[in-house]
Amino acid sequence: MANHLSKKLKKTEWKITIVDQHEKHYYQPGFLFLPFDIYKEEQCFKTQKSYLPKSVKYIQTEIELIKAKEKKVTLADGNVLNYDLLIIATGARIAPEEVDGMMGAEWHKSVFDFYTFEGARNLRNKLRDWPGGKLVIHLTEMPIKCPVAPLEFAFLADAYFQKKGIRDKVEITYVTPLDGAFTKPKAASKLGHFLTDKKIDLVPDFAIASVDNENKKIVSWDDKEVDFDLLVTVPTNMGDDLIQKSGLGDDLNFVPTHKHTLQSKAHDDIFVIGDATNVPASKAGSVAHFQAEVLTENILLYMDDKPLKEAFDGHANCFVETGFNKAMLIDFNYDTEPLPGVFPFKGIGPMKLLEENKVNHWGKLAFRWIYWNMLMKGKKIPFITPQMQTAGKELEDKELVNA
Amino acid sequence: METIIANKQVELNEQGYMLDMTQWDEGIARAIAIEEGIELTDRHFDVLNFLRKEQEKGTALSIRKIGKSGVVGIKEFYALFPEGPLKKASRIAGISKPASCI
Repeated sequence: MANHLSKKLKKTEWKITIVDQHEKHYYQPGFLFLPFDIYKEEQCFKTQKSYLPKSVKYIQTEIELIKAKEKKVTLADGNVLNYDLLIIATGARIAPEEVDGMMGAEWHKSVFDFYTFEGARNLRNKLRDWPGGKLVIHLTEMPIKCPVAPLEFAFLADAYFQKKGIRDKVEITYVTPLDGAFTKPKAASKLGHFLTDKKIDLVPDFAIASVDNENKKIVSWDDKEVDFDLLVTVPTNMGDDLIQKSGLGDDLNFVPTHKHTLQSKAHDDIFVIGDATNVPASKAGSVAHFQAEVLTENILLYMDDKPLKEAFDGHANCFVETGFNKAMLIDFNYDTEPLPGVFPFKGIGPMKLLEENKVNHWGKLAFRWIYWNMLMKGKKIPFITPQMQTAGKELEDKELVNA
Repeated sequence: METIIANKQVELNEQGYMLDMTQWDEGIARAIAIEEGIELTDRHFDVLNFLRKEQEKGTALSIRKIGKSGVVGIKEFYALFPEGPLKKASRIAGISKPASCI
């Protein structure tokens, strides 16, 4: 946003300040690859400051409080910033403390997350000399960042253990509170075979109540149990504690946000982007990128006292690694579920939607370069628009479009 | 697809979930509940109305959240809508299925 807005705003009228609570900017998609030694640690982060325009004031410190009524932000060092317009981009974090026993004696010993740098790195160290056993990949509750990541983890684990020659010693089980690994009608019918093909067992409708550290099992509210030797869990995801402290969040500390304009529902002078919002879009990096383009335009309209555009459609575009150097691509929005077809050019592709191929995989790896060199710098990705396009998608069954 | 439930025309997706929550009424709820093997009581409707209100607000629903709502405890939620209470209650409440993006 700083890169977008610094190009559009008159420096005599507006001053942009960024307060960043973290010194390092993590490339979170890399956390999927780190456990399997596909990425090295240093491929997962850079310093944030190097990506900001010179005209922007950068402050690296924790934030104490947002006082929305007073239009002030209090910093941990006691300084107070006044604002005319505030953009909240505080993201989402894992909250393993929300499930009884999850952060017990086995945390980061045989119970791991891979949504933090530390979790992914510790899991990599564990996997390097893990002899095999019951690997349980578990999803606590929705919404989560990158909802396809647990599935990708399962597929990559299957490939990883095959390459190591110990696949026959590893039982992989995928445990989800939803009714399947694929929950949207088209994806469920087209991709349902993936788990069986890869010999991954499925436990659906499992709402976790607790982790039993002593007996190494997870227990559901209706007393179902799943044993594990190694549990890779995606804990509850919540917004930053700052949002809760400032009285700006819902039950999960996400900021209630207008889903088409990205303006806060409670305060006209606050806009929200990325995982910090409660909008029913996927919590994915591509979503924040598409939101940024809409939000830039809306902020300029707001500054000119003009009506905002209801232009954000929930567009997300995500690669799904399926193992063995293949991936799928999905492209969807609030109203349209992921559909089969080709992307981005009708009749050409070269990427395939809802189908695995190698081009998609190279696309996923190339995305790291695109992220640092285009997304972070506020550049448009060629041929990919903020709003979802129907060209190239198989829409002949009209029912599916609205499903 | 368009179909008739409890003498009312409603639009369902291929998994049997209503596409337009405003088409819902108690008669439809009772008819869908019978398909799920459940006879609805006032207690069920307390939960269904809560789910509909949360859906209108755009809140993501989870079993843990429902347990914290003060409307129904998790054990009772399972007793009212056995085996997969959230997906069953959502279908009966005429709202979308709890889902991922794929």
